[in-house]
Amino acid sequence: MKQKNKEYEKMNHCIRDISMKHPIKTSELDPTFFEEIKEEEPGTEKLLMCLNCKGCSSSCPVTGVEPAYNIKKLLRMTVLGMRDQVLNSKELWYCTTCYRCQERCPEGVETVGTILKLRSVAVKNGIMLPAHRKIAEYVMRTGHGVPINEKNRIKRKELGLGELPETVHTHPEALSEVRTLLKACEFDRLVGFKEFEGTGAKGLKTPSVT
Amino acid sequence: MKKDKEDEEDSKQPLSLFLGCIAPNRYPGIELATKKVMERLGVAIQELEGASCCPAPGVFQSFDKKAWLTLASRNLTLSEAKGTDLLTICNGCYATLADTNQILKSEPETKAAVNENLLTIGREFKGTIKVRHIVEFLYALSPQTVREAVSRPLDLKVGVHYGCHLIKPTRERKLGSAETPTFFDELVEATGAKSIDYEDKMACCGAGGGARSAAQEMTLKLTEAKLRHMQQAGVDCIVDACPFCHLQFDQGQAEIEEHFGTVFEIPVLHYSQLLGLALGYSPKELGIHFNRTQNSAFLKKFEQGSEQLLGRDKNPKLAADET
Repeated sequence: MKQKNKEYEKMNHCIRDISMKHPIKTSELDPTFFEEIKEEEPGTEKLLMCLNCKGCSSSCPVTGVEPAYNIKKLLRMTVLGMRDQVLNSKELWYCTTCYRCQERCPEGVETVGTILKLRSVAVKNGIMLPAHRKIAEYVMRTGHGVPINEKNRIKRKELGLGELPETVHTHPEALSEVRTLLKACEFDRLVGFKEFEGTGAKGLKTPSVT
Repeated sequence: MKKDKEDEEDSKQPLSLFLGCIAPNRYPGIELATKKVMERLGVAIQELEGASCCPAPGVFQSFDKKAWLTLASRNLTLSEAKGTDLLTICNGCYATLADTNQILKSEPETKAAVNENLLTIGREFKGTIKVRHIVEFLYALSPQTVREAVSRPLDLKVGVHYGCHLIKPTRERKLGSAETPTFFDELVEATGAKSIDYEDKMACCGAGGGARSAAQEMTLKLTEAKLRHMQQAGVDCIVDACPFCHLQFDQGQAEIEEHFGTVFEIPVLHYSQLLGLALGYSPKELGIHFNRTQNSAFLKKFEQGSEQLLGRDKNPKLAADET
């Protein structure tokens, strides 16, 4: 457990808060950052329409309990080109994607869509939380983000359901398909999942369900 | 939400049940309740053999949109192959599958890219089916149809939780306003229960977007606020339409006690389970007794025999409807 915590700390080390206690230096801004986001995800260019009305951040349920999280600030930092600060901020992962801000934005800015895009750029740069990587690994191993466990096998049986659902859990050929697709998308490489290495797309072993 | 002829046609067709992850693997009672109530309502449900994680709109979409679309499209092709619309019982699955279906139907380039991936497993996304959510589907079927099927009108005060991805983004979902919707409340009231208004009713449960695994304590603060508002309004139970919201409320109550020392003991039911109770099934037949949060006073209501639950004295209209 201790080892696990240490690993977690190491992983979290790169993820910082965005309290911004110091003035921004223009020399540290990266004007290509927003260009990159805009190009890859149509719709995010609407960030330029932001009126600074703060309707988003005052609607945000997360800001209500965690004032350090401010979606308007994150999005403004993106437009300014604060690449490192945005991609490394732990707050980037606080959004529950409830869409309240996006629904209420008078300018139609795709706030949540932009957050999702920023996250994927972070992941492409190797910045991801261990808990999220684990969910991704579960899907690669079992086909489910939340696979069955012993307790729920018993619950299913007691309810008169099959011990395992009629999903990838009971259809090994379906699990092979899932794994083949993830490999075709290079999703294994993205999250640093080693089990698929050295296997051809068709030659993936089907693991037993745990 | 408007009901039209197309809806009526759709309600007669068989559906493939997309289970997702949390329902079958953490709250199997929701899977069972769904099968039971749909059968009673005369809606034919088929298993969707070999379906996988939708995959999760929070983590997967955040990680890699193309992988998210590809895996989701495979699930859609399973339903296409059966020639049936796909029924979800989870807001997260609904978000992923309805969004993917819509994106691939409207963006030929994205569809081509996804189909290139699907070719590796000999599948192709055609765009021939609809993705439905149980609440939206039953509303289209009509609350009146649900009401007519009820054999045990429930005398319960319910805190309805829509969950964000059932209705938002509204531009994609097309289920009306996200600020003050009523369709889910109408379905809840079709069981005889009363939907109780509470403060900040449309607020998020806290779980979505990968936030639960990123910052659990923070998300529990959101959950606690919702539970407190429902408690203040005097609800007997929470009714949701999403196993992930369900987990956040049910498992979350134990975690809230652990983190903040607050005890709520509010029972959490998926809509299929509430409807199951109204159709005469016992809490045990619907897996409600497997919830982490148990409330003996709530369960007792269903042990006292159906007479008291019928609430005939309190609600003569419902009693009349039944006959």
